[in-house]
Amino acid sequence: MRDHCACRAGLRPVLPAAVFCLLLFFACITPSFAAEIAEREVLPNGIILLHAEKKAVPIIKVVVAIRAGSTAESPDKAGLANLTADLLNEGTLKRSSQEISEAIEFVGGALHTSGGADSATVTLSVLKKDVELGFDLLADVILAPAFKQEEIARRKALLISSIRQQKEEPGSIASKTFYKAVFGEHPYGWPVEGTEESLETITREDIAGFYRMHYLPNNTIMAVVGDISRDELKALLNKYFRSWQKQEVLQKPLAAPEPVVGPHVVKISKKTKQAHIMLGHTGFRRDNPDYYAVSVMNYILGGGGFASRLMDNIRDNRGLAYSVHSSFNAMKQAGIFQAGLQTKNESANTAIGEILNEMVRIQTEPVSDRELSDAKAYLTGSFPLRLDSNSKMANFLVAIEMYDLGLDYIERYRDLINKVTPEDVLRVARKYLHTKDYVLVVVGDLEKASLKY
Amino acid sequence: MRIIRTFILFICICLPVPASAINVREHILDNGLKLLVLEDHKAPTATFQVWYRVGSRDEQIGKTGLSHLLEHLMFKGTKENGPKTFSQTIQRAGGTDNAFTTHEHTGYFELISSDRISIPLRLEADRMQNLVLTPDGVLSERDVVMEERRLRYDDNPQNLLHEEVSATAFTNHPYRWPVIGWMSDLKTLNPADLIAHYRTYYAPNNAVVIVVGDVDPEAVLTQVRETFGKIPRGPEIKENSITEDMQHGEKRIFVKKEAELPGVIMAFKTPSLKHEDTYALEVLGSILSGGKSSRLHNALVYEKQLALSAWASYENMYRDPYLFLVGGTAAQGREISEVEKALQLEIEKIKNAPPSEYEVKKAKNQIEASFVMEQDSIYMLAKLIGTFEMLGGWQLINTYLEGVRSVTPSDVQRVAKKYLIPETGTTGILVPLRSAKK
Repeated sequence: MRDHCACRAGLRPVLPAAVFCLLLFFACITPSFAAEIAEREVLPNGIILLHAEKKAVPIIKVVVAIRAGSTAESPDKAGLANLTADLLNEGTLKRSSQEISEAIEFVGGALHTSGGADSATVTLSVLKKDVELGFDLLADVILAPAFKQEEIARRKALLISSIRQQKEEPGSIASKTFYKAVFGEHPYGWPVEGTEESLETITREDIAGFYRMHYLPNNTIMAVVGDISRDELKALLNKYFRSWQKQEVLQKPLAAPEPVVGPHVVKISKKTKQAHIMLGHTGFRRDNPDYYAVSVMNYILGGGGFASRLMDNIRDNRGLAYSVHSSFNAMKQAGIFQAGLQTKNESANTAIGEILNEMVRIQTEPVSDRELSDAKAYLTGSFPLRLDSNSKMANFLVAIEMYDLGLDYIERYRDLINKVTPEDVLRVARKYLHTKDYVLVVVGDLEKASLKY
Repeated sequence: MRIIRTFILFICICLPVPASAINVREHILDNGLKLLVLEDHKAPTATFQVWYRVGSRDEQIGKTGLSHLLEHLMFKGTKENGPKTFSQTIQRAGGTDNAFTTHEHTGYFELISSDRISIPLRLEADRMQNLVLTPDGVLSERDVVMEERRLRYDDNPQNLLHEEVSATAFTNHPYRWPVIGWMSDLKTLNPADLIAHYRTYYAPNNAVVIVVGDVDPEAVLTQVRETFGKIPRGPEIKENSITEDMQHGEKRIFVKKEAELPGVIMAFKTPSLKHEDTYALEVLGSILSGGKSSRLHNALVYEKQLALSAWASYENMYRDPYLFLVGGTAAQGREISEVEKALQLEIEKIKNAPPSEYEVKKAKNQIEASFVMEQDSIYMLAKLIGTFEMLGGWQLINTYLEGVRSVTPSDVQRVAKKYLIPETGTTGILVPLRSAKK
């Protein structure tokens, strides 16, 4: 059943694949529950294992994150990390691509791989009765991918078609343009999937080399959530992952991206009914202690859905957009702030003006006590919803490990949010929002929009 | 919530069937309101939902999009709970809320810590009867919906193709217009239309309350009686029964629009959930399109490398006969006619020879497993219960799996031959117009 439905609010606009959006996971939990959330263990070969047994439904979810994202590739080979991840389940030393999909799909399970900026991810969903097969396949695709020439050519061609199709989506054009303009030559600025040109240059040697260098157990986080006991899990890991050898990991830390100077306006002409607008600039890394004050500030500005100022002003009061939001994406080595919406071309100037007005307002006037307490109540009170399924829990566990938040993060989060004062909100709004030095991207009918920016 | 298209590797996870019976507690209040509660204690959360038996099928030509616009307006407040407070109240309690409209129904839902379930319960009971609609509020939200339409359809060639195919496939049935409505109709919707729609359909005897999660069913029943129970029964709503007229041969349309890759959708008229052929059609859909190892993906995307995506989708969650869709997007440099031919070839193959026992078993495994996996989410469970309830009763969930289990390879071949025929088919082609490059 694909709902032929229309609804009041869509999901938040899809972020570019380049961003592992931690905002989804800034959860919190009460101390009494926290103790039981998961067990953490570093296996002898270096895999960081996070396990939570959940017996309610006879299913198991595994999320494996390997620090082998696009930030580890060089710019002339943009797309290498993603292509490597993409090829994992396209054939191993003992199974063909078709044999892998046939095996997992016969039991109604799923085994997916995907590339990201900070990591590559492999996910497995299986019924409990098929867990042995699931781990066999999971280990096979991670430990023994074949990277056959034929499969490389196939996946490259598909990726190129898909990149081509994205060019018909104004939202996708806007987003790629925006990231490039904000990050410049910094790795977070290029698309995870690469470009039509860069994909052409990637060879099998590039892929095999990237794999050898980065796909290491001591570069890997594995979260297992579901109907599986500690003993059952350890037996499976012992059987299927023990042969994976630890090696030295060569991490090259990235320089910070250059800050945006200027209003830097990029206009792209496309005959659409709406102008797609993105406005923003560089942000900060996930380990920045101001993350929590910014979370509160941005909830009030544009992160809090119908409780946010941008939604209230631009959608509820003016009827100018269906979806309007702002977000700070704090990644491992850099971050970005973005505000975005789509509006009929003729309203583009007004909408851009109102985004900037709201940014200025939150920098100049303290937020009301009610706004502050509402933001805190949501951020701290919504944690049970963020962890109430195996899938959500597995992703959460990977994120807290990926960003070094520690299992006690869930206990600290509530305090960190509750400590935020109106002065903190004002301070971080002034420090991390820039109303003069920003990138503005507009994709739409420029004649009708007649932009004054 | 979700947008229509999921082209690549669409696995039909939304037509689930139970591994074991779902134990829903059902109560009907004196005013006709039905309450369905499913206890699920895996996490301290719950979803509260109200489903109204009204959708775009209940609209008239010239007034399409009314049900969906009303859905938006349901967040505009009541006398007791003023404008802009609904979502704020839910979010303040750490919850989230949203709503959806389909051809058949309109649903409202909240997800929240289960100890706070009385908050959405009271707000939903209030807005069932006490909605305040102001002319300004209606017009401003109408603008928002027009922006939604531009975003989802007018600037999205793939969705536009789907919309045009549906509009062509049906002649007199309201399924022919999109749930969001036609732009020219939206411009004419006025406050009086909305008030009339609300007065007609928003009443306890036309609604079902669904609660899934970490709750005590008795306590929920008590609270629902105290709130919803006080709302008087509305006038009887007569069954909106419509039969699509006969089709006289294949229909073919073209959508010319700025796009990068051409696409094709073929739609065949098929019976829906309550027809005995539904199970074999469900298995057919899975054999054609259930994952990378399915026939369409394997043939068009993997082997022939003709298409970026190739998929099928049997859409049976409808009251009246709806559509079995087969579609694809050409790979760069390939012609859409090649894709269409290859899709037709796969359709002919399954009409000419039954699938193997193995393929049928795989399809059944996928359908069963997806049902079990859906139980990971209380939201999906509630949506499952609601969807079946709107179409004839949540109990149908418990007979669906049995039906699927009994399907044989020859059943699959039989329904393919019976329904995947040009005589009741509509084919739409997306013809990309090249845009001026940046």
